[in-house]
Amino acid sequence: MVRINGEDKDLAGKNLLEYLQETGFDPERVVVEINLEIISKDRLGDVTINDEDEIEVLMFVGGG
Amino acid sequence: MSEICESMKKLISKEELDKAFDSRFPKEMQEKLRAAKVAVAGLGGLGSNISVMLARSGVGKLLLVDFDIVDVTNLNRQMYFIEHLGKPKTEALTELLYRINPYIEYESVCVKVTPDNVRELFKDYPIVCEAFDRPDQKAMLVREVLAKFPNTIVVSGNGMAGYADTNEIKTTKMMRRLYVCGDQKTDVGNGIGLIAPRVAACAAHQANKVLQLIMQND
Repeated sequence: MVRINGEDKDLAGKNLLEYLQETGFDPERVVVEINLEIISKDRLGDVTINDEDEIEVLMFVGGG
Repeated sequence: MSEICESMKKLISKEELDKAFDSRFPKEMQEKLRAAKVAVAGLGGLGSNISVMLARSGVGKLLLVDFDIVDVTNLNRQMYFIEHLGKPKTEALTELLYRINPYIEYESVCVKVTPDNVRELFKDYPIVCEAFDRPDQKAMLVREVLAKFPNTIVVSGNGMAGYADTNEIKTTKMMRRLYVCGDQKTDVGNGIGLIAPRVAACAAHQANKVLQLIMQND
């Protein structure tokens, strides 16, 4: 199981960028941390989600 | 600009300002605030309000970063006055802050923040407030600061448009070194404008989290 934003999901083996796009996250607006490491925007497509990963995703809206 | 600083100093001494502060707060709190260094990236509705609140609270050093000039559309929610129109926000805000406390150290840099200058801009600041407008720029800054500095804490604003209930604006800890303030959903991109009260409420959440972080730091 993978822990993502506090929920357990069966995502092991999935490509991170594909997962984000399928679930409505815009890669331009997100900050992704996996096992306490920040993933750069250019690397999102290179990362395969592993079993036991702890992932946090924050997506920004506009305004400031 | 330094003339404004000097003329304010003639109106009130450092001792007088310190004394007014001393009478209401414990010594330890003032010392921590005076020793603190905080960066504010983006000097719009969030950043101008955050900077004013931190200056009023006696934070010793503030870094102010923005590339933009004050525009008439800013006056509905940002700290600026009509006399500031056309001036760089870094300059206008520093002038304004001198009028609140001329004894604080203000460093201002009029530049667009990119992945290439993040390290140089923010290396001396253990707390960075993300106060940009565009969502891709917000994400870029948070990613870059968290990845480049192993100990820096980021306090970010996310979702404060419109006039829905301000109770929906919250401070949430995310990841290891990130606090996110806002309702996390109201997006100016969806045709909802930014209005003073909710923007100020979100800025107050960010400024208050900064004060907590300063006080927790031993």
